[in-house]
Amino acid sequence: MNILGKRYYFFALSTILIVSGLALLLIKGVPLSIDFTGGTLLEVQFEKGKSLDADSILPIYEKAEIADAQVTTTETGSIIIRSSFLTNEARDIVLKGMQEKSGSEITVIRFDSVGPSIGKQVTQRAAIAIAVASILVVLFIVWSFRKVENAFRYGVCAILAMLHDIAIIFSITGIGVYFFEWQIDSLFLTALLTVIGFSMQDTIVVFDRIRENSNIHRRLEFEKLVNHSIVQTLQRSINTQLMTVEFLLLSLALFGGVTLQEFAIILLVGLLSGTYSSIFVAAPILVLWEKREWRTWFGRKAEA
Amino acid sequence: MIRNLTNRIILVVVILAFSLWVDFSTQVKILNPMTDETLFSQDLTPRLGLDLRGGLQVLLEADLPENAKIDTASMEIARDIVQQRTDALGVNENVIQVAGERRIVGEFPGLEDTEAVLATIQQTGLLEFVDTGDFNPEEGSILVTDYSPTGDAAATPADGVNVFHTIMTGAELESVNVSQDTLGTNYIINFVLKSNGSKIFADHTSANRGKFLTILLDKRVISAPVINDAITGGSGSISGRFTYESANAFAIQLRYGSLPVPLKVVETRIIGPTLGADSLNKSLVAGLIGMVIVVLFMIIYYRLPGIVAVLSIMIYAAITFAIFKWFHFTLTLPGIAGFLLSTGTALDSNILIFERMKEELRSGRSLIQAMDLGWTRAWSSIRDSNLAAIITSVILFWFGSSFGATIVKGFSLTLALGVLISLFTAIYVTRTLLALFLRSFKPQNYERWFGI
Repeated sequence: MNILGKRYYFFALSTILIVSGLALLLIKGVPLSIDFTGGTLLEVQFEKGKSLDADSILPIYEKAEIADAQVTTTETGSIIIRSSFLTNEARDIVLKGMQEKSGSEITVIRFDSVGPSIGKQVTQRAAIAIAVASILVVLFIVWSFRKVENAFRYGVCAILAMLHDIAIIFSITGIGVYFFEWQIDSLFLTALLTVIGFSMQDTIVVFDRIRENSNIHRRLEFEKLVNHSIVQTLQRSINTQLMTVEFLLLSLALFGGVTLQEFAIILLVGLLSGTYSSIFVAAPILVLWEKREWRTWFGRKAEA
Repeated sequence: MIRNLTNRIILVVVILAFSLWVDFSTQVKILNPMTDETLFSQDLTPRLGLDLRGGLQVLLEADLPENAKIDTASMEIARDIVQQRTDALGVNENVIQVAGERRIVGEFPGLEDTEAVLATIQQTGLLEFVDTGDFNPEEGSILVTDYSPTGDAAATPADGVNVFHTIMTGAELESVNVSQDTLGTNYIINFVLKSNGSKIFADHTSANRGKFLTILLDKRVISAPVINDAITGGSGSISGRFTYESANAFAIQLRYGSLPVPLKVVETRIIGPTLGADSLNKSLVAGLIGMVIVVLFMIIYYRLPGIVAVLSIMIYAAITFAIFKWFHFTLTLPGIAGFLLSTGTALDSNILIFERMKEELRSGRSLIQAMDLGWTRAWSSIRDSNLAAIITSVILFWFGSSFGATIVKGFSLTLALGVLISLFTAIYVTRTLLALFLRSFKPQNYERWFGI
């Protein structure tokens, strides 16, 4: 099986997926949840048959001096209202107002209120967390491959594969945002960080095999060596990924309830991408680097 | 080949038995057989997070300028006070934690009434100087006094309860500071009283020399010094075995009678109980369905080793759950997701080993050789890949702790814990079980048993 020979096709596939998803995300804008921007999310359930529509809820919010409320109805019939930061006093005014207007008892299903300063700090901290995690993992790879020639390259390739996975996650999020009105919240962040961790895990398994094989087959051409290592670990990649992790996540996405659905789908795609990228991105780039193929990119056509 | 197989089996059985015992009991108690005294007791009720049982989460932040330095000791004291004040609310499983340098996160399962909680947290503590006569109350115990803030007579207490007389409250304190005594070995707390307070204090101390003057915060004893001399000058000092830290902490409590750091609410989250229960059921069902499929796949594809792997995953689950219960880790929705993912990792280690074993078998090695080589050769990739996962979990945990983002914290904790335990089960348990099976089984046509 010659996987590496078709590397430019895989690069093209990844590029198309990433670019189209990111384009959707840019068109629609990045909808950061109140976890990052600060603000309030109030989800309420009215008694059966009694409910309020957006037109009657907005004036109630205006009475509490909130002008930017957005009302959406969920599949289960509850109502979600997003607005800027609601103090506890304002919340009581709003709840009371809705109760009077609808003549229904109101059950608060969810009330998330995040102060604006917190949101900003969460975003900063998250960026730091991702940066620190990636740097530490690169250092770890470079250290653990220190006996291999060009250990640094392995670290960089692992990071490139990781960036690929992050891009894929944003791309799937773009699709979710465009078609299903997803929001980027702290669970998204958790999913992102998990994928980063597991993306490394997969890449390391492939690289470990290259490391082992390069000691056994010293004479073998590097491209063949890498291809051989990929093929050897392929069965494991498929079994671990498709058969176990993906099944667990799929059932979580299908049956796990609304709260976890988005999270499970992002993880599902992200972890799949993690396996894909270790085989079709990280390892090919390693070969490309070894052969310094960029010299042929602009002169002659690449032998794709 | 494995030596000491018996020892290994015994260890696995002991660990499993202990885990199962913890999994299925609600409390562990060890009694001294001679005296029936409790030597050791551990409550084992599983803790469910707010997202699974519903409740209120509040993030409090020090209401001070951004660049103001807040020392960790006063945040700890503020945490203690918030905990004490809110203990009476709800189901008594409130968790109050310091998050980062200037934040405190409070979780109140089963509560929805934000106002009651916030009012309780932000109330000013009531500091009382109480005459307890010859009685030296234990620090931290709760006393009944005759003082009531509204001026009404306090409700009549049950018979047999001692009601102590409150001489004055913290409102009479002018200032408080900490200094060293003349020998320079102990720290003492100096206080100055307002004019009205000086008079009350002078009268009381001259009449009650040698008696205990107990200081209460929110009816809880924080100190019970003995009156050595009459204090008539409107100022006095409290000595005791104070360290610099404890003297300061005490002074802060006296000074503010309340929170050493003013707190404001920056984040409130309420999860309705129905949403919580719904999520719990759904994710459990989802987890179960996923696990059944995975178990079937493992057994059909890997045959004998597959069965062994499934057994070892069950042991893994038993150990993980036991650790959760033992250390009172809170189980959250992302926590369950983290657990499922680490189950995937645990399976991955098994799969790496089995694939390696199959390779060795195909290249014509004997079963025993293939087993040993499978383990040794798969080890480096298992080790490195799991270490990378642990590195990211640690960073996630740090991120989650400093913001009271308990969902992130719960997830990273289960993930890290799961990865660690999975290392143990894959390397140790699977191997032991497989060796045991092969020894008692001696399969003739192992091609079929191993699915090659």
